[in-house]
Amino acid sequence: MRPDPATAKAGRVWALREFGTLALVVVVFIAAGSREPRFLQASSLNSILLWIPLLIVIGMGQMLVIVTRGIDVSVGSMVGLSGILVGMLFRTHPGLGVLPGCLAGVGVGLLLGSLNGLLIAVARIPPIIATLGTLSAFRGLTFIVSGSKQINSNDLPDALTRLSLDGPVHVAGVTLSWILFLALLVAAATAFAIRRTRSGRDVFALGSNPDAARLRGIPVTRTTYLVYAFTGALSGLAGVMYASRFGFVNPATAGQGMELSVIAAVVIGSTKVTGGSGSVLGVLLGCLLLGTINVALAVLGIDATWQLLIYGLVILLALLVDKGVQGAMTRWQGAR
Amino acid sequence: MILQRREAIPTILVVVAFIGGAIASPYFLDFRYLLDASSLYVETGLLALGMTLVIICGQIDLSVSSTLALVACIVAKLLAAGWSAGLATPFGLALGALLGLVNGLLVSKLRLPSFVVTLATMAAYRGLAQVMMGAQSVRIPASMSGIDSARLPGTPIPLPLSILILAAALTGLLLHRTVMGRWIYAVGTNERAALFSGVPTSRVTTTVFVVSGLLAGFAGLVLASRLGVARFDHARGMEVDAITAVVLGGASIYGGRGSVLGTMLALLLVAFLRIGMGLANVTAEFQLAAVGALLVISVIVTNVVERYSGGRGDP
Amino acid sequence: MKRNLLFVGLAIACLAGCNRGGDRVAEGEGGSAGKKLRIVYIPKNTGNPYFEEVTKGFRDAANEIHADFTTTAPATAEATSQIPIIKEQIQRGVDVIAISANSPDALNPVLDEARAKGIVVITVDADLVGNESHRDAAVLPADFGEIGPSQVELLGKLTGYEGDFAILSATTDAPNQNAWIAKMKEARKDPKYSKMHLVDLVYGDDAPQKSTTVCEALLTKHPGLRGIISPTSVGLAASAQVVERAGVYPGGDHVVGKGLQLTGLSTPNQLKKFVNNGVVTAFQLWAPYNEGYLAVYLGQRIHEDGLKPAVGFFFETAKLGKRKFSNKLELIGGPLQTFDKSNVEKFSF
Repeated sequence: MRPDPATAKAGRVWALREFGTLALVVVVFIAAGSREPRFLQASSLNSILLWIPLLIVIGMGQMLVIVTRGIDVSVGSMVGLSGILVGMLFRTHPGLGVLPGCLAGVGVGLLLGSLNGLLIAVARIPPIIATLGTLSAFRGLTFIVSGSKQINSNDLPDALTRLSLDGPVHVAGVTLSWILFLALLVAAATAFAIRRTRSGRDVFALGSNPDAARLRGIPVTRTTYLVYAFTGALSGLAGVMYASRFGFVNPATAGQGMELSVIAAVVIGSTKVTGGSGSVLGVLLGCLLLGTINVALAVLGIDATWQLLIYGLVILLALLVDKGVQGAMTRWQGAR
Repeated sequence: MILQRREAIPTILVVVAFIGGAIASPYFLDFRYLLDASSLYVETGLLALGMTLVIICGQIDLSVSSTLALVACIVAKLLAAGWSAGLATPFGLALGALLGLVNGLLVSKLRLPSFVVTLATMAAYRGLAQVMMGAQSVRIPASMSGIDSARLPGTPIPLPLSILILAAALTGLLLHRTVMGRWIYAVGTNERAALFSGVPTSRVTTTVFVVSGLLAGFAGLVLASRLGVARFDHARGMEVDAITAVVLGGASIYGGRGSVLGTMLALLLVAFLRIGMGLANVTAEFQLAAVGALLVISVIVTNVVERYSGGRGDP
Repeated sequence: MKRNLLFVGLAIACLAGCNRGGDRVAEGEGGSAGKKLRIVYIPKNTGNPYFEEVTKGFRDAANEIHADFTTTAPATAEATSQIPIIKEQIQRGVDVIAISANSPDALNPVLDEARAKGIVVITVDADLVGNESHRDAAVLPADFGEIGPSQVELLGKLTGYEGDFAILSATTDAPNQNAWIAKMKEARKDPKYSKMHLVDLVYGDDAPQKSTTVCEALLTKHPGLRGIISPTSVGLAASAQVVERAGVYPGGDHVVGKGLQLTGLSTPNQLKKFVNNGVVTAFQLWAPYNEGYLAVYLGQRIHEDGLKPAVGFFFETAKLGKRKFSNKLELIGGPLQTFDKSNVEKFSF
């Protein structure tokens, strides 16, 4: 079947969009580098490459959620709860290996995400409401199960913190850490699932046209449940990565506010909030852009107080750009 | 029959919460204390009034607490720069309406989903306040602060509470006695059908966000006056309490149903619950978990009730 | 509609009848001897290991004098989140409110309300800077004038009194940290430290992610940095992880010259691992336990024995000895303690 020229053009436009995000990354590098030459060093790149793995992992799930026209603002609380639980596990079982710890985190996250999935897919609660509720409930649970005590660095095994301190590849002073590889692995797996599995394709079909999807026999309830459960599992993994990255887990601050950065990264990365469209590459680039901006701000000595405003504006900008692109495309198609 | 009205459920829950509070702590049954402690929820109430309109219209507004904070901060700075209260107050209200207008235009004209738009403005508005203020507090001059120690002349009712009652009455009039109110219900029930019946859906959607912003700005003035200071992190998370009150009060989260009375009753419920838990020394973490669970449970319960009384069902 | 209004009217009438309940409670509380002293401690927020330690001091002292002790905290350390809690405690009729305030001024009206009802108000660990008249006394961790200079001296000892150093603080308006940093800058003018240069001051907002990012930025901007002082436990714990990864500490893989010395203020539990593997050589803290302990006895003496805190007056407890009230009616919890490899394992807070 010959590809319809309009779809091909659409494909090219969205590829352009991702190219745009990459271009922005380069722009930020150049702008920051000219203001502060010390930014253009291996250590900045190291900083960025450590900033993004958690976002990438959660972002894969959030992308799928947004593709289905939903949203999950409880991811930050899920990271915190799983981080605390795994931390407590390591504290009471010092001999526990890293892999079982990761699996435990994924398991916890899967459970939490399943709750979201049930509330949204089965009880038909709108995603924003359900996940706003679980955001508070999970955070409260985090305090309760930990007795409001934080997990310190000497509670965690060295092997765990090794994951972010070290990595298999060292190039020109830049270390590609284990958690970065883990994140890229998750991204690759997601890309594979989208293209090659039935459920993956169902997600996109559901997002682009929910009414038609039902008529076409796509299992709407199951697919919806799956994206939230998947996001939960990934958030659980991110919780373990958080413990590795920072070396301590505090019930109040762990994962707090992360949902905003993840949503910003996903939306910048060309995933449309109107549903049906998103790409793994886009999310990766979105995370890269946010990480670059954050590290650049820190090196430039610009206070972190600008961060919240920047996130808000960036999301708005991405929304406007997407609308503009969509409008332009409609006009092209109309003019043919 | 009183039991079939949607407000029956929140009314019953209020009574239950009241009894529960009394059982949980011997310090609960004190009228003056309850009045005094309730005035801590006036700002939440104002936000909830605006949220009622927004939710009935089928949308959501997550940015209300940030609008509150931003207006409070800007007005505080103006007062510090020498503006009079008489000038700063209407300016604050207008600013709130303007911030709401931004939301309204993005949602109605650009057809963007309100949960993402208001998530972004929630961050942007508070971020703007943070950039303006840093982590400092700005004092409110004595002429405008201390509103919660003022009483309605001749009664023990705190002034903020009476302001809330007045605002509720006005919002109720808007919703139940004007054409715009009917339009809001219509758009929330079925936007397409409303459009074909000649309802200016775009204008209606924008209006609810403007009103929500206006009330949020007002809440910002009240909060700043009550606390005597303005900070960028005021009222963080208050939007969740506001949404909970609206949904608990019988509004359908899908739009088309809800009432001001229901919201106010639910607000009373949330207030009693929080006050009761606080007096019983329930820890903050339990309260946090309870609030989150309450929001979810309230939606489930109203969903179930809707189905059994032959309501709208699923969209 | 009419029926609803009737119902609401009935409800209000019921509420109005609740007045009697309030009076009864207030009467039962006052003045009977042999009644337990009721103390409540309101820390800044929950989940903070530092305040856990303070609370321990409270509990032990309360047990000694058979007082009724409770503690309750808001979930977030916001300026205004403590107001409803204070109101609740007033309603519960406690005798002493000890509080680590999140704001120097936002609590003035509600604290005045408490004192008007005869409740003793003591600030613990952080004071109401500029608003001291709204509390009866304060118990502070250590002599604030000493902390800054001690930190500079510690870094000096570790770096041989020379080199560039930076400070990684909490939020820009944290009163404690700002006071200590101001003293640090003053102390540095001493000729002994003339070869130590303060090259940067950054804020991590007491958030792990932000503290990590600004610490990494410090290492990027100042490759030959010899020292970092982080007078906040979140900043210090996050920086330790960064410094370990970068390997720039003495003995690390990427050490530059004599290496970077990281130090600051923190609880031992958070840094044990880093002291043991050499990333951090030494750091300091006082004994938060003492603050809680003193506050209980102070509260009791003021409330039951009518003690009036006055400048220069001596206050004594069996366990902790004599303390003197300073000019702002402050009591000091204790001297600064330095932790390093030789003693860090002995502590568990």
